[in-house]
Amino acid sequence: MLSDDDLQAIWLTVRLAGIVTLILLLLGTPIAWWLARSKAWWKGPISAVVALPLVLPPSVLGFYLLLAMGPRGPVGQLTQALDLGLLPFTFWGLVVASVFYSLPFMVQPLQTAFEAVGERPLEVAATLRASPLDAFFTVAVPLAMPGFLTASILTFAHTVGEFGVVLMIGGNIPGVTRVASVQIYDHVEALEYMQAHRLAAVMLIFSFLVLLFLYAWRPRPKLGA
Amino acid sequence: MAGDIDARFKLDWPGFSVDVNLTLPGRGVTALFGPSGSGKSTLLRCIAGLERAPQGRLVVADEVWQDADRWLPTHQRPIGYVFQESSLFAHLSVLGNLRYGMKRNAEPQRVSLDQAIDLLGIGHLLDRKPDLLSGGERQRVGMARALAVSPRLLLMDEPLAALDMKRKQEILPYLERLHDELDIPVIYVSHAPDEVVRLADHLVVMDEGRVVADGPLADTLTRLDLPVRLGEDAGTILDAAVGAVDADWHLMRVDFAGGSLWARDHGLPLGHRVRVRVLARDVSLVGQPGTSSIQNVLPACVDAIGDDEHPGLALVRVRIGEAVLLARLTKRAAAALGVKPGLALWVQVKSVALME
Repeated sequence: MLSDDDLQAIWLTVRLAGIVTLILLLLGTPIAWWLARSKAWWKGPISAVVALPLVLPPSVLGFYLLLAMGPRGPVGQLTQALDLGLLPFTFWGLVVASVFYSLPFMVQPLQTAFEAVGERPLEVAATLRASPLDAFFTVAVPLAMPGFLTASILTFAHTVGEFGVVLMIGGNIPGVTRVASVQIYDHVEALEYMQAHRLAAVMLIFSFLVLLFLYAWRPRPKLGA
Repeated sequence: MAGDIDARFKLDWPGFSVDVNLTLPGRGVTALFGPSGSGKSTLLRCIAGLERAPQGRLVVADEVWQDADRWLPTHQRPIGYVFQESSLFAHLSVLGNLRYGMKRNAEPQRVSLDQAIDLLGIGHLLDRKPDLLSGGERQRVGMARALAVSPRLLLMDEPLAALDMKRKQEILPYLERLHDELDIPVIYVSHAPDEVVRLADHLVVMDEGRVVADGPLADTLTRLDLPVRLGEDAGTILDAAVGAVDADWHLMRVDFAGGSLWARDHGLPLGHRVRVRVLARDVSLVGQPGTSSIQNVLPACVDAIGDDEHPGLALVRVRIGEAVLLARLTKRAAAALGVKPGLALWVQVKSVALME
């Protein structure tokens, strides 16, 4: 069956995707909320920036991130000043890169969900003494819950599937940055087709199950009645 | 006066403006009446703080909610608000909806949850989710939810407009109970004359963002100089009490200041306060009472004559003691009778509608 190296790669992948999903829940929610409700002219440019990773080759994104996090990049100088060292070729470097890479997969479903909730339930909450923050957590979030579920699953799955950005930022360090997709690449490079088959099958089944859940089990959207 | 509501708002949007300066009574039901686009809902939203007029001043019972240096956000205003369409939170049960505002309310509780549930007759719905309720039930829950925050001012934005006639008839009695049993001032937006005459004590008529008439209901309805365009619904209301019952003929007599009228018996006890509506088209004028199928004949005095919507018709305002009625007749008939202010004559009232 799967070798210890393979299991280590899978565990690393799951850990990376889980952490990235959590960070993006915290980071993507306010962005999506703002995009859903703002009428500012710079909403357009911000939307475009958020969507960039959808169309950009991962190597391009990875290249810029590598420069930014490198010894002379702004992020690199900051992390060095904070005594954190440099991020490239570390697990946390992968996390930062994946956050950028998967950002649209969190923001866009959430934005759609918040837009569908609309203004009215929040107005209702205000007339029932709820402050804006209170209304956000007790009305907007519960009503947008299907959107949160979709966004989290897509973000997780998309992070599991990343390859190009990992190679650019993380390289191929076992137990640190060697995720499942890179492990498959290594197997193929080493002509270990049997191992590559097994791991690839795991990825295939996982991806299929995720999509099956999204399309077949998705709860009916419950919006402000 | 203490308890009054002073509202001054001025706002300019592209193609739409509102400019009002109103003093509304701090008790009873005030109807904001007008065609759609007249600004009545916008005015209500300004009072709730859901809309912010750049120039505005709002004082409710001596408390400033908005002026040049003060702005109380909606969630800090002691209001209840009923929206036009169902606005229940879909993720909460009926009881969850009722409790949502209640547990956040810091004001002393004047309306208990049980009282709100009872008044709107929704006790059997508490465990249901909103999407399993009928339109009428949803609106009743919405009203109970607005009451359960013990508002000092209840704002209702066309709460019956999205309902069909049957549902509307089902809810009106509950609204009347609110009026009768709770001492909470209500501002009620509507474009339906039947709701206004049934529920309101005070009437504000709006058109194109301006107030065109404002006063006690009966006075405002019988003003002839204003375009309170009620059309076929032109008429007035009388506050009366049941004075006698004629069991043999299934009739009851309602007494008002100035006279009395016979109407169909509704099985009400003697002394019961009722509001009756007399439409202008059901009132005719005669020089001398004669034999007629119309039994309600009262002596009256012509007060004023005004134009009706059709050039051939006139609306005549007559006084019966302290009460006022409107009569619709053709201008030719008015000329033949020699109708002019001060003329004493008789009015025949063909039909009287009981409002509660």
